[in-house]
Amino acid sequence: MERAAVVRADNKDKGGNMLKPYLVAAVLLATAGAANAQNTQQEIERYRQMIADGNPAELYEAKGEGIWKQKRGPKQVSLEQCDLGLGAGVVKGVYAQLPRYFKDADRVMDLETRLVHCMVSLQGISEADAKRNPFSTADRTSDMESLVSFVTAESKGVKMNVSLSHQKEREMYQLGEKMFYFRGGPYDFSCATCHGEDAKRIRLQDLPNLTNAKDAQRAYTTWPAYRVSQSTVRTFQWRLFDCFRQQRFPALEFTSDASVALTTFLAKNANGGTLAAPALKR
Amino acid sequence: MADPMKIRAAMLGDKVEVKVLMSHIMETGQRKDAKGASIPAHFIQNVTAVHNGKTVLSAQWGPAVSTNPFLSFRFKGGKAGEKVAITWTDNKGDKRTDEATISA
Amino acid sequence: MKTNLILVPAAVLVLAGCATSLSEGEAQQRSLSMMKSSFKAQGQASLARLDQDEVQAICSKYRPGESIPKEVTEKIEKAQFAAIKYPAKLMGNWQAGERVAQIGTGFQFSDGPSAPVGANCYACHQMSKQEISYGTIGPSLYQYGKLRGVSEPMQKYTYGKIYNSNAYSACSNMPRFGHNKILTEAQMADLTALLLDPASPVNQ
Repeated sequence: MERAAVVRADNKDKGGNMLKPYLVAAVLLATAGAANAQNTQQEIERYRQMIADGNPAELYEAKGEGIWKQKRGPKQVSLEQCDLGLGAGVVKGVYAQLPRYFKDADRVMDLETRLVHCMVSLQGISEADAKRNPFSTADRTSDMESLVSFVTAESKGVKMNVSLSHQKEREMYQLGEKMFYFRGGPYDFSCATCHGEDAKRIRLQDLPNLTNAKDAQRAYTTWPAYRVSQSTVRTFQWRLFDCFRQQRFPALEFTSDASVALTTFLAKNANGGTLAAPALKR
Repeated sequence: MADPMKIRAAMLGDKVEVKVLMSHIMETGQRKDAKGASIPAHFIQNVTAVHNGKTVLSAQWGPAVSTNPFLSFRFKGGKAGEKVAITWTDNKGDKRTDEATISA
Repeated sequence: MKTNLILVPAAVLVLAGCATSLSEGEAQQRSLSMMKSSFKAQGQASLARLDQDEVQAICSKYRPGESIPKEVTEKIEKAQFAAIKYPAKLMGNWQAGERVAQIGTGFQFSDGPSAPVGANCYACHQMSKQEISYGTIGPSLYQYGKLRGVSEPMQKYTYGKIYNSNAYSACSNMPRFGHNKILTEAQMADLTALLLDPASPVNQ
């Protein structure tokens, strides 16, 4: 609905030629309340296509590229030699094969975990400092969101191909699957409570069945995304963190083992899906 | 100095289509923080687009415009290779100008 | 000679692939300890929330839609039913019930001490006709009372389901609002009225 506001403001100028999109947007908003659920879905999809142009995530991608190339930390080195899985400094296509096992860390890592690793090992930044500000708040923006935007944009159009060739990758997938079905907290929620069956929605928000390949592909390939309601890009680590908050669990630690295991499980389930991140969401 | 805009300008038939993504908080002034104090208004008030010394778009915005605004418009009289400059000023006196070259 | 050298490593690889999956017991144990070490207490959410009770531990073993053995479901339902506590007055006020059904906050670590606690029914269920913003995780409850009447056994059944969904449906997706002390007796009685009262918007 924020996009309609932009067009509304343009009506104040002399052109007047922006009225048409305003009327279309108003009609869309009116028909969105119609009882026909299928029609509502189509209209939401149409609205999404209309606003796809001008995704503020592009601003984050540009900022992220600047941070990637900037000399930082005690060692005053940029991240340009960081190995994200396809060789030192290679950014193109890396997001499609993450999470993966990294020999130098002897650990399976998702993108954010690996970026923290490079900040520590290449730039000499302490792990605590590298993990300090993962998610933007009203008071301060997160560099991590910009970096993730930059890196994932370089995998746009690439098909997800997470491999489980290493033993630790297979273990993480298995553990992630177990956690997906873990019922806990005062509300007895697991990930599966909302994401374990086809064609469900919470209020009016459609829920992908993350154990169903087609849904998993569509869901995973649109993260990270600029969340209009958050006024910032949100990453997959944030998505897991915020799910657990709504499940009434305590706080998921940034780049924790559980976060990487779940990401491995969900990313692998999305194999074959074409990446469209950073996307645009409500 | 505010973050740079992303501008794309391309020929669309005999018109130039310009798409601008601006980085700005666009705080309405209506919101309150956790302690209950009003968050001061901070939003873009004026936008102008200039081509060959001529103003091709002039807009007056208010707090209804969302964070990181996207603006798309078309104008006649531009050619590939020429430049379009976008300038915004906000209610705090901050200002930003960026330009782009019109592509074919 | 050369062929053998190629074959042997391949065989070793195949064996290695099979042998390195975690056993069920190992996966179970490691996933539990990984969960515990990956979270930190925040706001009102302590780490104790990750301690599973018997129902949660058993139900984590089954997927949605997967059929659970009868002896397992009967045991859970019997034990959960026995723990239901009923108030003197089962039916409260449906207007208050509608408010409880609409409120989605409560028990999140982002909910401060003054945040209201609701049942968030509309997240999963259709209820009144007017509220079109409803979820489909649970069945529609539209005309719930109209279809069932408002007898005392029906009030008891309805209150019981809200108090503890697992008393009637082992491993249900629905939170156990009374058993886990999420809602007060008054709130659950108001919800019972929202569902059963002939004047409630649910039954129009």
